[in-house]
Amino acid sequence: MFPEYDVIVVGAGHAGCEAAAAAANMGSKVLLITMNMQTIAQMSCNPAMGGVAKGQIVREIDALGGQSGLISDRTMIQFRMLNRSKGPAMWSPRCQSDRMLFALDWRQTLEDITLVDFWQDTVKEILIKDGKIRGVKTSLGIEISSKAVVLTNGTFLNGLIHIGEKNFGGGRTGEKAATGITEQLVTLGFETGRMKTGTPPRVDGRSLDYSRMEEQPGDENPGKFSYKETPRLTKQRSCWITYTNTKVHEILKTGFDKSPMFSGRIKGLGPRYCPSVEDKINRFADKDRHQIFVEPEGWTTVEVYVNGFSTSLPEDIQYKAMKEIPGFENVRMFRPGYAIEYDYFPPTQLKLTLETHLIEHLYFAGQINGTTGYEEAACQGLMAGVNAHLKINEQNPLILKRSEAYIGVLIDDLVNKGTEEPYRMFTSRAEYRTLLRQDNADIRLTEKSAALGLADEERLSLVKHKIDQTEKLVEELSREKVFPEEVNDLLAEFETSPIREKTSLLQLLKRPQLTMDHIKRIKPSMASWLESLSTDALEQGEIHIKYDSYIEKERLMVEKMNRMEDLMIVQNFNYDSVSALSFEGREKLKKTRPQTIGQASRISGVSPSDISVLMIHIGR
Amino acid sequence: MEKPFIQQQEPICALATASGVGAIAVIRVSGIGSVELVNRFFYGKDLTKVKSHTVHFGTLQYKSLLIDEVLATVFRSPKSFTKEDSVEISCHGSDYIVRQILKMLVSEGARMAKPGEFTQRAFLNGQFDLVQAEAVADLITADSDVSHRTALNQLRGGFSKKLYLLREELIHFASLIELELDFGEEDVEFAQRDDLRQLIMHLHQTIHPLIDSFSFGNALKEGIPVAIIGSPNVGKSTLLNALLNEEKAIVTEIAGTTRDVIEDTLVLEGMKFRFIDTAGIRETLDVVESMGIERSRRAMEQADLVLFLYDSEQTLREVEQLAKGLNTEKKYIWVQNKIDLPDQNSTFTSEVSSSENQVKISAHAQIGLDELKSVILAQVHQQAATDTVVTNLRHYEHLLKTSAALDEVLNGLDAGITGDFLAQDIRLALFHLGEITGTIVSDDLLANIFSKFCIGK
Repeated sequence: MFPEYDVIVVGAGHAGCEAAAAAANMGSKVLLITMNMQTIAQMSCNPAMGGVAKGQIVREIDALGGQSGLISDRTMIQFRMLNRSKGPAMWSPRCQSDRMLFALDWRQTLEDITLVDFWQDTVKEILIKDGKIRGVKTSLGIEISSKAVVLTNGTFLNGLIHIGEKNFGGGRTGEKAATGITEQLVTLGFETGRMKTGTPPRVDGRSLDYSRMEEQPGDENPGKFSYKETPRLTKQRSCWITYTNTKVHEILKTGFDKSPMFSGRIKGLGPRYCPSVEDKINRFADKDRHQIFVEPEGWTTVEVYVNGFSTSLPEDIQYKAMKEIPGFENVRMFRPGYAIEYDYFPPTQLKLTLETHLIEHLYFAGQINGTTGYEEAACQGLMAGVNAHLKINEQNPLILKRSEAYIGVLIDDLVNKGTEEPYRMFTSRAEYRTLLRQDNADIRLTEKSAALGLADEERLSLVKHKIDQTEKLVEELSREKVFPEEVNDLLAEFETSPIREKTSLLQLLKRPQLTMDHIKRIKPSMASWLESLSTDALEQGEIHIKYDSYIEKERLMVEKMNRMEDLMIVQNFNYDSVSALSFEGREKLKKTRPQTIGQASRISGVSPSDISVLMIHIGR
Repeated sequence: MEKPFIQQQEPICALATASGVGAIAVIRVSGIGSVELVNRFFYGKDLTKVKSHTVHFGTLQYKSLLIDEVLATVFRSPKSFTKEDSVEISCHGSDYIVRQILKMLVSEGARMAKPGEFTQRAFLNGQFDLVQAEAVADLITADSDVSHRTALNQLRGGFSKKLYLLREELIHFASLIELELDFGEEDVEFAQRDDLRQLIMHLHQTIHPLIDSFSFGNALKEGIPVAIIGSPNVGKSTLLNALLNEEKAIVTEIAGTTRDVIEDTLVLEGMKFRFIDTAGIRETLDVVESMGIERSRRAMEQADLVLFLYDSEQTLREVEQLAKGLNTEKKYIWVQNKIDLPDQNSTFTSEVSSSENQVKISAHAQIGLDELKSVILAQVHQQAATDTVVTNLRHYEHLLKTSAALDEVLNGLDAGITGDFLAQDIRLALFHLGEITGTIVSDDLLANIFSKFCIGK
């Protein structure tokens, strides 16, 4: 009934969809197995993509030739560039999505890829021969062969949903959990653990009084995620901000004795930075209010997402408490909030390609690795799909460095440090943040991906054009000079100090008070040429000119650190033969099997002196 | 196996001969630009133009101060121990001189080598085969363990505690900034920029005494440098001899080889003192001039403690002239000599000398020497009691870099730059502090963010 596949992807969430699309776009024959064809690419939590650090990841996925950016652009209902007031490394694109359109667009995108087949079923076990994957077996008892398998099970592995004192098996509300895989992987020698996450109630937008809330509209000139030519929004929907208060908190507290969190029924560790509302009022008792973002779920639906009110208290308590929130006096609930516990596999069991150490050609991506967030899942799926394809074709893997991409930071952190709580990306996790900006993901990654056959010609020529234009821009601005008598009046008008001698436009643009628009007025003869350049190139050039010294400082640091990253350790290195290694260091090294000295130095438990010993032992 | 290639890294320096005192010490500098670096202080042939494997005589001078006469051996890549460009400086075997030279190299761009780093570079550039390398591996780990312990031991008294507190404060500061960056959209309260500035100022106040203490800490280890300043025939040598003779525990650096010893060392109540420029140092090479002003100034600059010696109104005026340019933080003692002579035992009035640190002695008749010693000791004890002391050059180096990074933060605050760039310099400061305490930055930051603040969404 089935041919032999190159790659089977189990699960069709953000990770699974990217994995299937990437492997197939590179030429692999892919089978995507999902428990329900109607729920491909669900946004299980909030209807939004991007945000601080996450928006950068979406840009990186796009630069590599992934789909999340394109689909987000086509299905967004609002766009905001967060952190505009901060430096360019902090600018973070975020959109509100139409939840249903997003899922629909993903399904259509996958259907358009001829090398992707679909099968609705539940995978019960993986099939192994000589320590290597040979396929999967489903709940219908069907064995399907493949060279590689990517597991992206999300919250479905032994998923357990809690609402108050009630709990029941499920992978999402209204959907079955998946059993069998965890048990099999444990017998194969995998370690496993439990994690917890939660989601807020969804309510009827027709029952809310928005006049009592503060409007949060989209950007006046909305941006987008993809570096490709995707349409910009011409109309947008607003979000709304309101606050909890002490009355709300008091009502919530009456449910604490029934809370699965506080009663100890939930064993898994939840994300500290994404706490439930009961967690917030419990841990931060001194705060008498917490912010609530009211987010529309689409262009036309009246369903509304109550961001900031994640809870697993009994539904009647949820309802009563919400009614005390300004604007929510007459609220009608569509679905209650809930908490969900699920199995994950500590990611220290993976290689940097996301392949497991234990079983060859088996890859893990997404929440199964202990992460949280659509963006984190999607980028892992992409990397797992790409690396599965490369491995079965005996090509070199794609491993992104910490200095190259947030994706590199994410995977490096997971593999080397593991995670005890759901891992979310922050800009502070990236030590080379100044280099990993949303404006230059294409410059950082597209060429690399195109060389592998993933990013297409169009992307490659777009980024080359952008680089050319940027270089030309910087060159012209450093060559064009202006005289004091010519510009000092204008400079005074722009509230910046006058110049004393002939000065280049580049020097002027370095001033914090001046932007490219000012330059156009300072040198009107260049205005039309400047306007002929793409906005991307103008932005890129301006950032490079303005923040040159910081970028350079960071680049030097990378250069210094990269020497360690270039020192390879052979994969079968015998750590037991090195007597000088500390006991703990040796154990951790044996487990993680780092590929470079740089990676070894980031493993917790490996000391600086272990690193010196290793450096002596790796012959080059 | 990959073909070995020569990789030249940033210049590092260290003492290559055994620490302690020998007639000669060798300092090794290796890495990109190390020849150019040494050449900047080397007065003799232009080292950048000489052939590899040649030895050159010259003097090392830093900021117009003569440090020593040395031999410099130039090794050009790949024909050196590390296979990088290297210079070996043979200088006189005084710890003091070695420190001065290392300090000079570090202040101009070299970095103190980590234990075994030369060997490591040599290995990485294919100097050793694996068997040889394995043989030195144990040695190197032992080295770094010991040096780590030593480093911790050297965090004496309040230093270690101070440093940890400092780091904690800085991490708190950094996490406020990071919080602002990662959760700026949300309902989080941040410290004001003014508070942050206060915090940095406070950090500066903590770091600077530590940096300043280095010369004193160094002095504790090497001997506290003391200069005896005075006009000819005022009794400098007599005083020194009196101090040295009276004290039976005379420490000359190597018994019987006084010719190679630059200074005389004296232990008072377990405290080591080093008298600068008082005997033997290339006396014959110096141009003899009435006051030896230049030499006196130099001695005063190097000294932590200055004894101004005079025996008349005339000689008092002369030392007062010299004292005018003296750094006010320097400790000094006014010593009136020859009080055994009847016509000399008068009190001279003078503006500068009316300080409390006045002692009247007769070096020749050995009068007042005990009082002088107790005044000397009191000066040192005062400093030792109030300051925490940094003795390790590597620590000193990282404190300097921490301070420089903090300066950048302050500049950034003044210029109103955004948090992400402030954070970049704060991370750098934390990185350098971490190099001393051996801890990693980013994990601490996140842990701190989560432990202290309520974060939305």
